[in-house]
Amino acid sequence: MTMLQSFKLALKSIWSNKMRSFLTMLGIIIGVASVIILVSLVNGYMSSVVENFASMGVNQMTVRLTNLSSRAASVEEMYDFYGEHPELFAQMTPSVSVSATLKRGNDSLTATSVGGYSEEYLGLKGYELEIGRNIQYADLLSRNKVCVIGYYVAAELFGSPEKAVGQTIKVNGYAFQVAGVVQRQDEDDLEEGGSDDFLWIPYTVATKMSRSADINSYIFATKSVDDTDACKALLEEFLYEIYKDDDLYRVMANSEMLDSLNEQIAMMSAMLGGIAGISLLVAGVGVMNIMLVSVTERTREIGIRKSLGAKRSTIMQQFVIEAAVTSSIGGILGILLGAGVTGIAGSLIGIQATPTPIAVIISFSVSVGIGLLFGYMPANRAAKLNPIDALRSE
Amino acid sequence: MEAHQTAEAHQTAEAHQTAEAQQTETHQSEARQTEIRQAELCQVQARQGSILIELKNIEKIYQMGEEEVRANDGISLTICRGEFVAIVGKSGSGKSTLMNIIGALDVPTSGEYFLGGEDVSDMEEDELAGIRNKMIGFIFQQYNLLPKLNLLENVELPLLYAGIPARERREQALASLERVGLKEKWRNMPSQLSGGQQQRVSIARALAGSPSLILADEPTGALDSRTSREVLNFLKKLNEEGNTIVMITHDSSIALEAKRVVRIHDGKINFDGDVNDYAAIL
Repeated sequence: MTMLQSFKLALKSIWSNKMRSFLTMLGIIIGVASVIILVSLVNGYMSSVVENFASMGVNQMTVRLTNLSSRAASVEEMYDFYGEHPELFAQMTPSVSVSATLKRGNDSLTATSVGGYSEEYLGLKGYELEIGRNIQYADLLSRNKVCVIGYYVAAELFGSPEKAVGQTIKVNGYAFQVAGVVQRQDEDDLEEGGSDDFLWIPYTVATKMSRSADINSYIFATKSVDDTDACKALLEEFLYEIYKDDDLYRVMANSEMLDSLNEQIAMMSAMLGGIAGISLLVAGVGVMNIMLVSVTERTREIGIRKSLGAKRSTIMQQFVIEAAVTSSIGGILGILLGAGVTGIAGSLIGIQATPTPIAVIISFSVSVGIGLLFGYMPANRAAKLNPIDALRSE
Repeated sequence: MEAHQTAEAHQTAEAHQTAEAQQTETHQSEARQTEIRQAELCQVQARQGSILIELKNIEKIYQMGEEEVRANDGISLTICRGEFVAIVGKSGSGKSTLMNIIGALDVPTSGEYFLGGEDVSDMEEDELAGIRNKMIGFIFQQYNLLPKLNLLENVELPLLYAGIPARERREQALASLERVGLKEKWRNMPSQLSGGQQQRVSIARALAGSPSLILADEPTGALDSRTSREVLNFLKKLNEEGNTIVMITHDSSIALEAKRVVRIHDGKINFDGDVNDYAAIL
């Protein structure tokens, strides 16, 4: 008996036991589909997270300092360091965050992120102004109470960016004049705490407001993403000279965070894939169960076939192929179902989710493998049946 | 004088007894002669190479817990090509065990079994499968057709396992169905046929591979008397065409349809002879 005949026989047997075959496949279908859905959705979601993260600037690094009375890095020292490496760094700004409430008349905003930066912050963020002017070096020097605001703040407090320029906003009671408004960042949502809800003031003013002369945080932007490692090393070397203790400062490159984020994503999808894989295993046990039932149910058939001259290997082949074909069909249906659900769920959640080829290949081959593996035991049992006993069974 | 008379009477009585004894002997010797004739016939045929089945002191012992059950206890039997032999016996007599051994479904515990000159008695399972496939056509009491295959596919099965190519297989199977008069129904499923028709399909299946031996296990056991008659006539016809048939039955009236009867009792042969002799002792 050739393989082709065995395949035909298997298909025939599957077709003539439609209900039972379908139930067997169901486990595989669900298993394969869940692997594909989980892995694809996680990948889709994570890649959108990574995209957001990347837009925050992978060429940036944040420096955090713990300034002691004996050892401290001053703003001047940081600027000197920055000035010495114009080939590496594109922008630099001290970063002073202020927790503040914005008020204009009776309107107030509490979730706005308020920070003190240098004039280079706009370029560092890669933003453009909608209207007005940026914070200028002169503002830093003379500690002018001016601010640059996000689109949301302008829209909430003034109605439009045009109306905002030149007006004043009270930040923790201090009046600031709006110098400029940044272009809208988020095209979809304009919401509280979103990427358009911010207010920048000169860092010199911010330190005064927060009543601490020290600046604990700086943001550097490198000219090229490839230089981040070198820049980080250089910064750390410079800071060690000052502090002599690497517990007192920390340099965090966004690209590093991206790397670790990617690592976490890989781990997470592997974990979820593994969990879904368990369902595949359960499906395999299901295949084994049904095949065992099938062998028991078909004992007489096996007896007849054996009496007519079927060899052990022939019977074995018949059952193994049947199991493999059943699980392959289940696998294919599972892939189709998985792809369909992934597409629908992705568009519902609002992420770009497509079945990854890896997930498809792995889940399909695992399902076929499981069919073979778990089909083997019942097949072996069928092959070993004694023809006399098998013929006698009802 | 008196004494003489008495002696004479005595003698007469003795003579009577002797005559009776002689008569019995003649009867027995006749039976023996039939056996001998049978054996001679076989020997003649053996010289022509036409012994098909040769069982030598076959024993089959089953271990039932502590107990040993001797299902076959030293059976020797020779069957030539072209014979129609009925193996008859009550249930538990060991006839089914003998059938399993003759049918290469099982091997004996001891003894030798030659089928068509090949020693089958210590073959491996797969070799036995090959022997069953090529040399034996089974006809079962329950027909044993596969319910999910149509008639043609059922008849094709032994040819499929013999590795005969599809076209040839189909031709042979159709020819075989034609012999039992069911060629037109080849597309039908077994469940659409009557019992008699199903048995004819199983005969067609048995014939498909042109086996040396047709082994029928209670072929009429599930049929009414009219269809039984049909099947038996068909078997007879097959025998006349030269097929060797061994039929296992518990029913002596069915056994009478054969040419030779072998009766099994307690695992031993206690009659082996011409069907007419068997009819005489019934």
